[in-house]
Amino acid sequence: MGIFVDKNTKAIVQGITGTQGSFHTRLMLDFGTEIVAGVTPGKGGMQIHRVPVYDTVENALEEHAANATIIFVPAPFAPDAALEAVEAGLKTVVIITERIPVKDAIQIMAHARQHNATVIGPNTPGIITPAECKLGIMPAHVFSKGVVGMASRSGTLTYEIAAGLSARGLGQSTCLGLGGDPVVGLSFVEVLKEFEKDESTRAVALIGEIGGNLEENACEFISKEGYEKPVAAFIAGRTAPPGKRMGHAGAIIMGGAGTAQNKIEALEAAGVGVAEKPGDVARILAEKLEKDVF
Amino acid sequence: MKLLEHEAKSIFSEYGIPVPKGELATFPSEARNVASKLNTSVAVKAQIPVGGRGKAGGIIFADSPAEAEMAAKKLINRQIRGIEVDNVLVEEKISILRELYFGITVDRARRSYVAIASSEGGMEIEEVAARMPEKINKTFVDPLRGFRSYHACQIAAELGYEGKRMLNLAGILSKQYKLAMDYDVELAEMNPLVETSDGRFVAADTRLIIDDNALYRHPKFKKRLTEKTKLTPQELEARRSGLAYVKLNGSIGVIGNGAGLVMSTLDLIQLYGGEPANFLDVGGGASSDKMAAALNIVLSDPGVDVVFVNILGGITRCDEVARGILEAKRRTGFRKPMVIRLMGTNEAEGRQILTDAGIHVLHSMEEAAGKAVEIVKAGG
Repeated sequence: MGIFVDKNTKAIVQGITGTQGSFHTRLMLDFGTEIVAGVTPGKGGMQIHRVPVYDTVENALEEHAANATIIFVPAPFAPDAALEAVEAGLKTVVIITERIPVKDAIQIMAHARQHNATVIGPNTPGIITPAECKLGIMPAHVFSKGVVGMASRSGTLTYEIAAGLSARGLGQSTCLGLGGDPVVGLSFVEVLKEFEKDESTRAVALIGEIGGNLEENACEFISKEGYEKPVAAFIAGRTAPPGKRMGHAGAIIMGGAGTAQNKIEALEAAGVGVAEKPGDVARILAEKLEKDVF
Repeated sequence: MKLLEHEAKSIFSEYGIPVPKGELATFPSEARNVASKLNTSVAVKAQIPVGGRGKAGGIIFADSPAEAEMAAKKLINRQIRGIEVDNVLVEEKISILRELYFGITVDRARRSYVAIASSEGGMEIEEVAARMPEKINKTFVDPLRGFRSYHACQIAAELGYEGKRMLNLAGILSKQYKLAMDYDVELAEMNPLVETSDGRFVAADTRLIIDDNALYRHPKFKKRLTEKTKLTPQELEARRSGLAYVKLNGSIGVIGNGAGLVMSTLDLIQLYGGEPANFLDVGGGASSDKMAAALNIVLSDPGVDVVFVNILGGITRCDEVARGILEAKRRTGFRKPMVIRLMGTNEAEGRQILTDAGIHVLHSMEEAAGKAVEIVKAGG
């Protein structure tokens, strides 16, 4: 169970012959992810860690059944790789690549919507359903199987918080990174809806940061529709100065909008438990789940 | 990347959008020459890449060439909003009938571009949005269809124009959209777009911000990212080394891997009563070289009293980071106190390397942040 990826996921890797693609293919195979093929134009016929490589996604799908892809292609070529995957009918598209221009990201999302495909990223660490499937670059050892669904705009901060959850005996159903860019494929609202339907998820952690209004929209959704499962959140960037990009292209306070204070107030008003420190997320969820911690 | 006004205007002009007649001047005498060539009242405008320039005294009107020279003298080599003015744009003054606003930007939540129009040009659009939201017209652009001539006509008609003038204005909007797409903008803005007393439209002020991630398609501007101008030595070095760095005002230098982790490290420091000196993200899979470069940057900031390195090893290996720290220490011979937090991949090896060199390593981020603040307070 979990959302978007599980033990039935069969994935291809686009950009499998590159340094990053090849390295993470090995780690994903070690984890147990079923990777059926790789794609790099011009490298068809090769094998990477015994995974056969094809020139196009269509060629790969003629030989192998697959329903997901993970993209490690450099930014100038990644938009084409994503559109190729969507057009070939893959329904889960994870884009690890960072520094894709916003204009291209907008095109990718519009085409994905038309084809009913889910895009995770760009500029995401990917997605993991512990013990079932990892399509990403995250260190698997900090995650453990359990009931907390987690969605995050950050990478290492997610690992930090997942490690804290695991240490408290709170495993995860699925953890995914929305991506650090201004335009990404998933919003907190869309992920909240998926977690609400997922039987293995009993509580949700949202890890946000400054910039944009994904967090505010999530609060509006929770307030309006109600949410059956307990939610905790952490927002990074309380001390970030306005107008400066804090590492992520999307982490910027513009014209007074997108501050951490705004987001925290909205979350609290919606009844979400807001953690002051990353380490507090596990404590808040443990309390909300009325679970004996020690 | 924010372009200067004169650069933005020359791009708008290339696309057939009327802008005021004018020229750039680097010396006051040049400003005088431009003003006498224009042979009319002029505006002398400081060329700096920040907003609120008018309010800060960066725009001076002049009725004669001599006044233009005086105005240029007041602006060139002076600081406006903390930025030194290298040159001024000397432009004909426009006779204003009406001031409009037009902008193209990204709507993150809708995953599309949005064309924003307003009858209230001349002030900041955020201010209009806050005070008179009904005066803002937003047209979301379907990415698969684009911004079409009928969208432009609808906007112009809603602002009360008809006939030739409506078509003329709609044409300008369509050109602005084309320019915005061609230049991969985060923001293209005409504010104000002036309707003159004789019925023309002129983009009296324009702004262009290009998406940094698209600069590879705009080599002319890409070079500028690592040009010396307007960057501190630390910022310049960070760009050259491919590190994300933001200067802040405190005394605790911060290095970490991952934007979210570093941001929350800054937050923790402040929560415990300290002040961070900077944001520095070494990124994923940081090599010992990158780590050494990061330390050099942070340590070259004279305001830094303590360095806090917060690494969560995933793809990044803690032993690599530890070697980078020792390498930087050897190269620069720095003596400032350091607090190191290592967790994750090869943590034990990393800890060993540093402990052997007499550097203490902590496991928890909260504990480490507390320790860094404690050292600063004890020292100060």
